[in-house]
Amino acid sequence: MTTQQAPAIQVRGLEKSYKELRVLRGVDLTVARGSIFALLGSNGAGKTTAVKILSTLLRADAGTARVNGFDVATQAADVRESISLTGQFAAVDEILTGRENLVLVARLRHLENPGKVADDLLDRFSLTDAGGRKASTYSGGMRRRLDIAMSLVGNPPVIFLDEPTTGLDPQARIEVWQTVKELAARGTTVLLTTQYLDEAEQLADRIAILHEGRIIVDGTLAELKRLLPPAKVEYVEKQPTLEEIFLALVGADGGKAHDRNIGTDA
Amino acid sequence: MSKHFLGDTAVLLGRSLRHIARSPDTIITTVVMPIAFMLLFVYVFGGAIDTGSDSYVTYLLPGILLITVASGIAYTAYRLFMDMKGGIFERFQSMPTARSSVLWAHVLTSLVANLISLAVVVLVALLMGFRSTAGVSAWLAVAGILILFTLALTWIAVIPGLTAKTMEGASAFSYPLIFLPFLSSAFVPTGTMPGPVRIFAEHQPVTSIVNAIRALFARQPVGTDIWIALAWCAGILVVAYVLAMNTYRRRIS
Repeated sequence: MTTQQAPAIQVRGLEKSYKELRVLRGVDLTVARGSIFALLGSNGAGKTTAVKILSTLLRADAGTARVNGFDVATQAADVRESISLTGQFAAVDEILTGRENLVLVARLRHLENPGKVADDLLDRFSLTDAGGRKASTYSGGMRRRLDIAMSLVGNPPVIFLDEPTTGLDPQARIEVWQTVKELAARGTTVLLTTQYLDEAEQLADRIAILHEGRIIVDGTLAELKRLLPPAKVEYVEKQPTLEEIFLALVGADGGKAHDRNIGTDA
Repeated sequence: MSKHFLGDTAVLLGRSLRHIARSPDTIITTVVMPIAFMLLFVYVFGGAIDTGSDSYVTYLLPGILLITVASGIAYTAYRLFMDMKGGIFERFQSMPTARSSVLWAHVLTSLVANLISLAVVVLVALLMGFRSTAGVSAWLAVAGILILFTLALTWIAVIPGLTAKTMEGASAFSYPLIFLPFLSSAFVPTGTMPGPVRIFAEHQPVTSIVNAIRALFARQPVGTDIWIALAWCAGILVVAYVLAMNTYRRRIS
């Protein structure tokens, strides 16, 4: 297959308008195989629109997009074989159990042995004990893990994560980051959108900033840093961030947390 | 049409049927209103209503069955709306799954759920004294009309299910459908109604459907009513299907 040499995602001159509103005004980007690519932008920048076009849910007005070597407009079925979309809201079936959700996706991807596929993913995402419970009983982090696990059914080579950590607590957020890193380590290409700068910094091999419908910067973190004035050396006492305090108090595993009362006479 | 259409539809139908099995309250709330109407009209108003038939519950049941379907399809819209809102609809649409399977699974689920509700209402009517001498073929004809009616109303329900912004909006369309039988021959003979109401009642779909089912239950000749009833059902079905499919295509492209 010629698709092995092509970049995982290649977008040229993508445009999309909703009536008068021009959401995408000529987006170009290239995502290398096995890399993590972050599309950074504020709310309404057009990130979700771009992801929807790449996952064949929306048609572009102009421009081309190829995913895994297939054109999203003319070879949509091949694109859908190659991708998984994890949308902004955890798209799990709340009435089904975690395991049933995974079996459902495996059946719809026409895999053999859906039960085994489901059990393997439950194990990989530490959801084996919760596998028999309805997804509506899951915590936000567990639900997101199940959501991502559902996206991995059938090992699609390209995964879209649309704001994967929005609305998650700090621990769940770190769990998702860990998952994304593991995915890339296994050779999966990940395109994620985020509005959190630190998330892009933590995860991405390459970062593109989408602003008012155009990519205004595209490069590695080091390249992006070079765009700014050189660093100055200053001595500043480093205070722990609230996130660091929170994680230190709760404990990384979250299990052994006990109440600590801070004295009022300090 | 995709080669996986039948298999994928079956998988997704299994999913929605599991929803119904796990929340049987959707069946219960569907049948509560028609059964309440039936109790109210048979035991409170019925004594004062002269229909010219021996048993008012037997006279009433066909209209109650239509109200049951109108009440049941609110859940069809609701289930579709929840899939749209929760993002699982988009997940299915971005997978190598036959795309129209998602919609057809909801339609077939609606049919199964409504047939269960109809069976419950018929059982309650039997307890209340409903009797029919109809044979197997007449019962099959009644079932056929009700299936066609359910499919027609289901495709209407698909439209708000796909487009509604709120849960209430997704099911509010069913209220006028539930009350349409009151302006028909379902509860009282149309002959006692004043002019304009009578004209409306005699020419709206519910009257011909009710009259056809009533005649089949009573082993009487169905006359032209059954053909008018079938024409109404088929006509509504085709129009609603075309509109729903157009709405659906606009939502997914």
